[in-house]
Amino acid sequence: MTQKTLPILMLAGALAVSACASKKEVLPAEAWQAAPAQPQPPIDQPGTVPAPEAVGSSALPGSQAALVAAAGADTVYFPFDSYALDEAARTILGGQAEWLVRNGNVRVTIEGHTDERGTREYNLALGERRANAAKNFLAAQGVDTGRISILSFGSERPAVDGSNEDAWARNRRAVTIVVTGG
Amino acid sequence: MMLRLLLLLWMAAPAAAQLRVDITSGTEAPMPIAVPTFPTGAGAATPAGNTLELGRQVASIISANLAGSGLFKPINAEAFPAPGMAEVGQPQFGAFRTAAAQALVTGFVTANADGTLTIGCYLYDVFSEEQLLRQGFTVTPAGWRRAAHKCADLVYSRLTGETGYFDSRIVYVAETGPRTKRVKRLAVMDQDGANHRFLTSGASLVLMPRFSPVSETLTYMSFANNRPRVWLYNIGTGSQQAVGDFESMSFAGRFSPDGRTLLMSVTRAGNADIYAYDVGSRRSTRLTNGNSIDTSPSFSPDGRRIVFESDRGGSQQLYVMNDDGSGAQRISFGEGRAGSPVWSPRGDLIAFTRIQGGKFRIAVIRPDGTGERLLTDSWQDEGPSWSPNGRVILFSRTERGGRSSLRSIDLTGRNDRRIPTPVEASDPAWGPLLR
Repeated sequence: MTQKTLPILMLAGALAVSACASKKEVLPAEAWQAAPAQPQPPIDQPGTVPAPEAVGSSALPGSQAALVAAAGADTVYFPFDSYALDEAARTILGGQAEWLVRNGNVRVTIEGHTDERGTREYNLALGERRANAAKNFLAAQGVDTGRISILSFGSERPAVDGSNEDAWARNRRAVTIVVTGG
Repeated sequence: MMLRLLLLLWMAAPAAAQLRVDITSGTEAPMPIAVPTFPTGAGAATPAGNTLELGRQVASIISANLAGSGLFKPINAEAFPAPGMAEVGQPQFGAFRTAAAQALVTGFVTANADGTLTIGCYLYDVFSEEQLLRQGFTVTPAGWRRAAHKCADLVYSRLTGETGYFDSRIVYVAETGPRTKRVKRLAVMDQDGANHRFLTSGASLVLMPRFSPVSETLTYMSFANNRPRVWLYNIGTGSQQAVGDFESMSFAGRFSPDGRTLLMSVTRAGNADIYAYDVGSRRSTRLTNGNSIDTSPSFSPDGRRIVFESDRGGSQQLYVMNDDGSGAQRISFGEGRAGSPVWSPRGDLIAFTRIQGGKFRIAVIRPDGTGERLLTDSWQDEGPSWSPNGRVILFSRTERGGRSSLRSIDLTGRNDRRIPTPVEASDPAWGPLLR
């Protein structure tokens, strides 16, 4: 305890005693006996904090989450050195197209990516083709092409770090990103 | 660069000397060469350090350059006494013969009254005792390394018959951070890794920098503002300028030999075509057309033909066309794919990336499609770039798992060596010889 706070506490104690005294005219003698020393609680006594309140996410209309909820995914995958859309990709893009038609104010960017197994220039061009293939599919489903921009990252932004078949498969992708919501 | 080069003396030796390095066979053992510390008389303090120390470092730079070429084997300096000033012009050849040196590079470093340095550069045939080279360079203290590179270039040139390449720079992409969020910055350094500088902050993804052959200008690709396109960067003034006004992505920029034209790829509806952009008038001309990926264009040294890669035949292969886009002929055949071609400054070969059996390897091929040779054998070597004399190829190597570094290899396929960089590195491009 610091020297500064000590007199203040002593004063407070004196006031408490006098207030006590004013209520009781006569104090029993034993009240003046020294109280047995109480063990001081440790300063770092373990305390408990309630668990954080749960915050769930809700897919707001016109958001990325809403797109994923409606279409099942924002990402479609491609075979090696190909920009062909397989059945799974067409199903997802079909869902994205329906959602985009319903949410007419949403604009999206489709990002095209490749795995690392290509030269730098070729990968940029292949990523562009993948993004464009996804864009053309959405357009064929009735989405105005003016709402879709494309951006190729080539092999510069892999989703997964790794030099194996599984990583490559997950990196050959086109991702539909909501840029302005409805 | 603040540099003044003065020709002090030039005494080309008569052609009697037979001392010569055979650079074509790729089989000969490197030539043993002595490069003792350059003497300085009384040492003098300069802004670049004491001339005694500079004499040691100049010899060390020359030695490292010559060793790095793979054509010379510098002899340990402890094998002979360091010459004094008087011995620069009249060496004690016996000691160098005993050390089994065939050639001797010596010289001096002196501080001048006007604040400049003079670095003398001498070359001798140790056996015939003939002087093959004697030239001085006067430089500002900041330019002393260039004088050492110039000396090494003269020695290389005198002994091989080829132009040197040591007084030159490399631009490349410095890489840091995890691969999913890689930070890429432009960086430039001397050919030996000295004078390293970062040119961009890393805020924007940058790729494929290349020097103009004639000016202090780079071209590179930047994703600034999520608008991937080709830029010009004047490294003297720091000014930058986006190239053209394309709606879509532009990439793979490369200058013509005269620096006036920039070839690049521009995408439209998912397809990449090759354009020629006139740097002066800022007008662009489309050179290829069709539903294929046409990219990686590179001019022949006479500027009349262009090698590029295209998948028009079904897979990525090399083609040569005229400078107006006419007459495209496929030149790469055989197993696998071929990409990122670049024409040698000598004109006789095209270096490229051969993709075959799951490997990416550096290869060369003649412009008519004959004589393909693989030079490297690794997991992923790509993006070749020629030394100014067309003898050495710089490229980037990515190991399985992602670590990337710069390497160089001799045209003969020998001397595969790492180029030191402070962080991981890719997309190297060799600049022209400095002037």
